[in-house]
Amino acid sequence: MNHYDTIIIGGGHNGLVCGTYLAKNGEKVLVLEASNELGGLAATREFAPGFKASVAHTLFQFSDKVAKDLKLASFGFDINTSPMANVSLNVEGEHVILEGWGASSTLTGVSDKDAEKYREYQQLLKRFSDVLKPFWLKTMPRIGSSSFKENLTFAHLGIKMRMLGKKDMGEFMRVATLPARDLMDENFDSEQLKALLSWDGLIGSKMAPRSPNATILALLYRMSGIHEGAHSLPIGGIENLVQALQTAAINSGVEIKTGAKVNKIIIQADENGLKTNGVELESGEIFTSTRVVSAIDPQRTFIDLVGVQNLEIDFVHRIKRLRCDGYVAKLHLALSDLPKFVGLDKPDGRMVISDELDAIEFAFDDAKYGEPSKKPVMEIVIPSLSDPSLAPSGQHVLSAHVMYVPYKHKDGWSEKNKAELYERVVDTLERYVPDIREIIIHGELLTPLDLDKRYHINGGHWHHTEMSISQMLMMRPTYEAAQYSTLIPGLYLCGAGSHPGGGLMGGPGHNAAKEIMKTKVKVNS
Amino acid sequence: MKSNSDMTEAYIDEQLKVTHFHPRSSKFNVRDAWGLWNGFKFADYYYDVDFEYFCVRNSCGTYDICPMQKYYITGADAEAMLNRMVTRDISKLKIGRVTYLCWCTDDGRMIDDGTVFKLGPDSYMLTSGSPCIAWFKKGAFGFADVKITDMSDKIAALAFQGPTTCEVLKKMGLDGIETLNPFNFRHFSLNGDSDKKLMVSRTGFTGDLGYELWIAPEFALELWDALYQAGEDYLIHPYGEFATGMLRLEAGFILPGLEFNEALKTVRFQHDQTPFELNLGWLVDFKKPHFNGRTALLKEKEHGPEFTLVKLDIEGNKCAEESYLYNNKKLDKHIGYITSTIWSPVVKANIALAMVQTKYLKGDIWAEIYYTKEMRPHLKVAKCTLRDKPFWAPARTRAKPPLPI
Repeated sequence: MNHYDTIIIGGGHNGLVCGTYLAKNGEKVLVLEASNELGGLAATREFAPGFKASVAHTLFQFSDKVAKDLKLASFGFDINTSPMANVSLNVEGEHVILEGWGASSTLTGVSDKDAEKYREYQQLLKRFSDVLKPFWLKTMPRIGSSSFKENLTFAHLGIKMRMLGKKDMGEFMRVATLPARDLMDENFDSEQLKALLSWDGLIGSKMAPRSPNATILALLYRMSGIHEGAHSLPIGGIENLVQALQTAAINSGVEIKTGAKVNKIIIQADENGLKTNGVELESGEIFTSTRVVSAIDPQRTFIDLVGVQNLEIDFVHRIKRLRCDGYVAKLHLALSDLPKFVGLDKPDGRMVISDELDAIEFAFDDAKYGEPSKKPVMEIVIPSLSDPSLAPSGQHVLSAHVMYVPYKHKDGWSEKNKAELYERVVDTLERYVPDIREIIIHGELLTPLDLDKRYHINGGHWHHTEMSISQMLMMRPTYEAAQYSTLIPGLYLCGAGSHPGGGLMGGPGHNAAKEIMKTKVKVNS
Repeated sequence: MKSNSDMTEAYIDEQLKVTHFHPRSSKFNVRDAWGLWNGFKFADYYYDVDFEYFCVRNSCGTYDICPMQKYYITGADAEAMLNRMVTRDISKLKIGRVTYLCWCTDDGRMIDDGTVFKLGPDSYMLTSGSPCIAWFKKGAFGFADVKITDMSDKIAALAFQGPTTCEVLKKMGLDGIETLNPFNFRHFSLNGDSDKKLMVSRTGFTGDLGYELWIAPEFALELWDALYQAGEDYLIHPYGEFATGMLRLEAGFILPGLEFNEALKTVRFQHDQTPFELNLGWLVDFKKPHFNGRTALLKEKEHGPEFTLVKLDIEGNKCAEESYLYNNKKLDKHIGYITSTIWSPVVKANIALAMVQTKYLKGDIWAEIYYTKEMRPHLKVAKCTLRDKPFWAPARTRAKPPLPI
């Protein structure tokens, strides 16, 4: 039987990134993916004859270091693709549009005061995100560790913050965990602008503008990419990134199997304790390895694949209590024509429907109690504009993230309440795109429960588990598993549930690989 | 009077519950010396501590263990769930056998100790001094087929301890009781009625021959009456918490709140204990590949515990209540503290359990004892001698069958 150095469970982008680093380091690596396509939520699939889409529909923070290390450019991925405009839609066509990124961005549709304030705001956040940037690609120190090296990371962060200067440092401490609403209110008047700028700190999480926690921190995390958080679509779309990662993996010797759902992580148990020994597939097939690295979510990894009998009681309790319920549904529309947005020449930006900040809050209020929002808010992209291969010639795909749609519907999800929600979402769209119903050929709405089932992610949560302060940094997913290694020798994590977190970035995959390469697993065989 | 009764109402849930044996046992409590255990009215003593102590050591006595917590753990995964939770390997425990064990936190700190009874292939009874259901349920999460039922109020339990207990039970009609070996249990019929199932285990907390009797609450009083009738000529008498404190110390058994702090109730960092600190390393089975706290306990075993619970024989007859322990007579270095101490009437020695820093165990141990004579304080520095064996362990405790008196 073939023995591998490392088996990676999950062929999402983090699994591929981690596997490629390890293979480049001379390891024999096998990546196992449950579904038939690689890429996880970034996988592109045909949802209607001739129409394709991926759940993740833009890029905004893919790590330039990972792209460079894995030479993704040579496999056709261009991280430098110019960002798209950020548009806050208005029914009357009075949109707020943010074009470009960073200092060179232009903001239209707001007062001069707001535009001026935005400049200040953008520069402040840029300084803050620069402080954090080096730490997203670093292993966080263990809580209670007395290791000098580990504590140096804390010291480094402290120095970085101190270097901001007294005033900025104070502001950083004040702002990082502020509710988005507070930060927006103290800076801007335009409700549309407030909604637009808060959006990225909120989407994907069970948090709304008034939730104190880590929405600003999440925003800063998302600003770690080369375009400071501005969204872009590479030529060839998201598929292009997944393909480049796949080619990089294969070229460095990674073996990949799709349609290979792992049922169990095999744990060797004897008087020396436990260690991983490989995996067993749903089909019964067994692959042995020195190390198993899980790119799938922590709950599935530990509770379903490792099994609680091999773990500590309070540790399992913390994994069980992780906040994993997703709140974003995905709308895919196959369109016979390019949709005409009121007051917009070409819908080639990222368009947000939320005419005021409270619209997001009210949408959240319904979802908190298990009901999809009565007035959903959403983010829309027409990916077929930059990647014509996604739809038949002259036709288009509309891709939208819809908030807030709870994983657990209070009455349970049914075809009926899903259809109702679909209608509600299209009704909302119709206010901004009056002819939308005439051009819909086919539509699908994937609730978080659908995402859970289709993509094998507990709760259908984009980030595997919430990016809340209690589950970030050295607490992600929880202490005793936050440095990629786990309590079981030979078992590692490398998915979005690990530091730095979710989003198409490659951070967890990169960090886990570095951690594995520096710690040789002690095995007792 | 009205306001007074209103006030009582506000505290109605705070009132102590009474045990299934209360209608009989309370008649003995001539001093009204009630304490409490797990919310039950519980006798500190009935008439006189020393009298009750001597009843157990010389003949027999009963100790009401209704307030002790009892849980049924059943289902196909019951064994796996328990084996992951406790430090011993129970996979070899046979039906009809009981074993003593403990369970620890992830960090290897002891939560509680207790006994487990293997009732059937997928059926166990676990007992513990304090309620533990929240922890058990946490420990059961993720196992497909485990059911935990709190039986604490649904089983009446009475400890029956002392050298004449076998004889009394025989007289009560429990045929073949003499063939019940230590840490075994068996079912009998009460008063020859097969509907009145009486479970008897040869277990106890006194270090002497003794049994524990388990029965459905509706037959509790009938059991009491049958036992007290059979034991009449043997001066059967209930004994309370204080006598138990003496008896168990002679046997070297530990108590929560004295020798150990239940980990889940401990606030201060490491003010709880590991099994190694409590000299219960023999309960920790590292041959078992995994159990809760294994990694931490393995580390503790390798480093050695900072403190070790030891048995001390202290010179003189002055009780070293709450005494500090030192490395020499000049009291230079504080090395430990007494956890429990008594003058043992049966051993005729001043005995104690004590926590001593492990690294000082090889040297001298001296106790700083403060005592009074007619209210005048005195200080005595007394030499302590380590004892390996329990202070009281007569052959009859483990004899098969128990020797006739």
